[in-house]
Amino acid sequence: MSRFGKVWVRLSENPKRGEPVEVRAMVMHPMESGFRLDNVGQRIPRHIVTSFTCTYAGKPVFRATLHPAIAANPYFVFYVLAGDSGNLEFAWTDDRGEMATHKVTLEVA
Amino acid sequence: MARKSVVNGRRRALRAIGAGACLLIVRPAAATPEELAAALREMFGDRPITPGRVKLDIPRLAENGNLVPVVLSVDSPMSEQDYVASLHVFAERNPLPRILDVELGPLNGRARIVTRIRLAVSQQVRAVAVMSDGTLWSAAADVEVTVGGCDP
Repeated sequence: MSRFGKVWVRLSENPKRGEPVEVRAMVMHPMESGFRLDNVGQRIPRHIVTSFTCTYAGKPVFRATLHPAIAANPYFVFYVLAGDSGNLEFAWTDDRGEMATHKVTLEVA
Repeated sequence: MARKSVVNGRRRALRAIGAGACLLIVRPAAATPEELAAALREMFGDRPITPGRVKLDIPRLAENGNLVPVVLSVDSPMSEQDYVASLHVFAERNPLPRILDVELGPLNGRARIVTRIRLAVSQQVRAVAVMSDGTLWSAAADVEVTVGGCDP
């Protein structure tokens, strides 16, 4: 069963061509580190998001490789240089092959 | 009915946060500065890493080691000719020294990222930026962690 929950993405307002737009993105995921024990002393198996990518108009603009020391519900802020209006497509993949995706349109005046 | 689903959604969210808050790092022997050095060597070989150009903003005192905000920025024009190719974050005394690897480029326009990390104990966090010209720059910050996780 997928442990991915809600996706939350916000862009800074009034993007201007040629200026960086701030992108804030979060996905709900436990990021089980694999170092925790349950209440009977059994190690809880690792289950983490390992990859987060963002493309802008089809071009990759951000790629992160996550390790167990990224906090639960991974949150990232990064920047994208605004060009033509286009879609930002986000994808998260965990170590069991589950995925979460999201798409927002960056409207450049 | 709508009211109920709002409450359920909130409970689910709170449960998820609670589960995250209770992360405990149980491996008794944490990594050592030598393991960090080994990880750096494995990734960057013998290329020199110069302190500077990278700014690593972390609270000096982190009350909750499960959720430590990190702001990482690099002094770079982020142009086609001169940009930050990748950023890497390491912990000296976590069970695993590697925390995060990020690939950037001129399409970002600004070399700044924010995320939230876990720190098992008080330690030094290091960040390394790989520039488009192949040079390596770094920053380090000491963090006091009050609660590293829920005790068994």
